[in-house]
Amino acid sequence: MIGASGPAPAFGGVTVGDGAVIAAGSGRPAVRMQGVTAGYGARIALEAVDLEIGAGSLLAVIGPNGAGKSTLLKVIGGLLEPRSGTVEVLGGPPGAEARRVAYVPQAEAVDWQFPVTVEEVVMMGRIPRIGILRRPAAADHAAVADALATVNMTEASRRQIGALSGGQRRRVFLARAIASDPDVYLLDEPVTGVDATTQEDLMDVLEAEARQGKTVVATTHDLACAAHRFQQAVLINRRIVAAGPANLILDQRLLAETYGGHVLVVPGLPNGSVLLDDAHHHDESGGESHFHEELGR
Amino acid sequence: MTIVDLFVDPLAYGFMQRGLIAAVMVGTVCAVMGSYVVLKGLAFIGDAVSHAAFPGLVIAYLIGIPLYIGGAVAAVLTALAIGVVSRRGNLRFDTAVGVLFAGMFAFGILLFSTIRNYVADLFSYLLGNVLGISAADLVQIAVLGLVVLGVIVVLRKELLYATFDPAGAAASGLPVTTLEYLLLALLGITIVVSIQAVGIIMVVAMLVTPAATAQLIVVRFSRMTMLAVVIAVVSAVLGLYLSFYLNVASGASIVLVETVLFLVALVLSPRQGLLVRWSSRAA
Repeated sequence: MIGASGPAPAFGGVTVGDGAVIAAGSGRPAVRMQGVTAGYGARIALEAVDLEIGAGSLLAVIGPNGAGKSTLLKVIGGLLEPRSGTVEVLGGPPGAEARRVAYVPQAEAVDWQFPVTVEEVVMMGRIPRIGILRRPAAADHAAVADALATVNMTEASRRQIGALSGGQRRRVFLARAIASDPDVYLLDEPVTGVDATTQEDLMDVLEAEARQGKTVVATTHDLACAAHRFQQAVLINRRIVAAGPANLILDQRLLAETYGGHVLVVPGLPNGSVLLDDAHHHDESGGESHFHEELGR
Repeated sequence: MTIVDLFVDPLAYGFMQRGLIAAVMVGTVCAVMGSYVVLKGLAFIGDAVSHAAFPGLVIAYLIGIPLYIGGAVAAVLTALAIGVVSRRGNLRFDTAVGVLFAGMFAFGILLFSTIRNYVADLFSYLLGNVLGISAADLVQIAVLGLVVLGVIVVLRKELLYATFDPAGAAASGLPVTTLEYLLLALLGITIVVSIQAVGIIMVVAMLVTPAATAQLIVVRFSRMTMLAVVIAVVSAVLGLYLSFYLNVASGASIVLVETVLFLVALVLSPRQGLLVRWSSRAA
């Protein structure tokens, strides 16, 4: 129950502090992190993170800017070596099962003027499978077509990516991930700056993937979306503040602890209340502001 | 005198034949490499590597080995050193590159100044002399150019993914770091191949301008590369003939033709041309 005037928060199934376990699906953890500390240069972005993510989880990673959300994804994806601690992904070190992992960067990390079409971007998801010197086979073209259909972007397949709206751009990158047929999705802000329809559509797709046993880990700034559409959530601010079922974890006290008081609670709406993150939307590495729909034509 | 004569007559000279072949080959390799340079933002690195190749050329001359080998060693080493600096330097990247290439270039000038009788040749290194290219040079350009093009053709899917989204490509298992170093090494080779034709100072234009022009016009990477090659070849031929008839420097002439084509595309491009933007704003 979320809300300023609601009853005392329920804590069943919620882990507060370190040693967070996100259990979902049938069993084996897809990701296991123990005492992980990571950062860039002199800056520590993640500290002493213990986290276990069960296969089949649909997990929202929530926290203020600079809380280490993107860093968490990069460590799991094998893009950033942790300073200390151990990380296990699909039973091996990060990167060992790279073809079974799909990583989607934040929209503003992408050069949208790059001369590639929608179809070409989605085909990139197949490249590690196709292998050097080979051309895409019929199965690869079929996988691309399926992925485009799944995110409802078939008609736009020959357009250059810069000509797409913000929502369409997120759809295309999710399609690329789907085309690679991964077991783990690592999505950095997949529903940031998109229209409501796109958000619902993308969440439907992710939900379906999780139901098939795929593990979905997505950072988000959208607390309402996290509460309503994700199964699990982990609150981080360098350290893990809490982890558990999304509807329980998005509790005012825990959020206040995560955001340091930067959470606005708006009571009186259906389902209790809506939480707004008033943190300015900034990339964790600093500088660029998030892409918003209205800028995308 | 017919149009055909205009093109055929200069070919009576052996230096024009060789110059034309060299300019077309260099233009082609630079245009293909240039597509990556433009999209990865490597123009400054390209300029740095071409200057840093200079001491390699001079040392090769001094100890009597083929110039291309000395230049290639210096260029590739510098390119790779820049790659290392970009990954783990504490300095700002452009500062580190600036220090590195200016120092290398100064070292080259210093060495060169010890060769009293050959100071006049300095200009042919700095500005290039495509009309002074020998048959042996042509063979070297062809071999090194084919190596560069061959590697790029073989790895084009992987290079495209790693260029477009290095993080996504690395997470999915592509050896992105290796591919980036490979690209830098190929850039070093491309630059050395081009120096004799267009000179240290203008190599960067051969790399950047045709690809930048093509990017204004087409929306697919493969077509961008092909169009860049067409632009480079047309510029090489046109520039060389202009230099022949107007009796002006050949390298500069080729680069200026490329620059004019870029400006035309900038104004007229149906995709992002200034004309389209102005008219859509007025509408």
